Amino acid sequence: MAVQWRKDVETALTEAMRENRPLMIDFSAAPG
Amino acid sequence: MEIHVKENPTAFHRFDVLWTPSVLIMDPQGKERVRNEGYLPKDEFRAWLDMGLARLAFVAKKWTEAEARFDGIVRCDPDSGVAAYSVYWRGVSRYKQSHDHKALSAVAEEFRHNYQESIWAKKSVVWGG
Repeated sequence: MAVQWRKDVETALTEAMRENRPLMIDFSAAPG
Repeated sequence: MEIHVKENPTAFHRFDVLWTPSVLIMDPQGKERVRNEGYLPKDEFRAWLDMGLARLAFVAKKWTEAEARFDGIVRCDPDSGVAAYSVYWRGVSRYKQSHDHKALSAVAEEFRHNYQESIWAKKSVVWGG
C-alpha cells in the first residue's frame, strides 16, 4: 500500500473516509 | 500525513501527542487505532506498520485478513518487537472466525516454545493448551 503524504489534517481525514483507507499521521520535530 | 511541531502545533494537542517521533494509525473513520511513540529502526517500524494494518483488519472484524496479516508478521519478523503480540492476536483472529477454543489453546502451546517471557505469553496462560 503506497503512502500518499499530506500536510493538512482535515483534508487527510476527509480523504481517508471518502476512499475508505487508513491514515498514518507522522508527528516529528526533526529539522528540515 | 506528516505533521511537524513547528508547522502545526495545534495538531499535537488535538491528537494528544507528547513525544516525537510519534506515529498514529487511524481507521478510515478517523479513529485512532494504534500509536507508536519514539524512534523505531526501519525493520521494526515496518513490522509495526504491518501490525497496525492487521489491527485495523481486526477491529473491522475482518478475521481472515487479520489472521493472515498477523501470521505474516510472525513468519517474516519473528524477532521484531511485535512478534509475540502477533502470535497472540493471530490466535484470537482465528478463534473469532472459527469459535473453536482450540485456536486459543494452540496459542498457549506456541508460547510454551517461543516468546515465553512476553506479556502475551502470560496473557495466554488461561487458555491452557
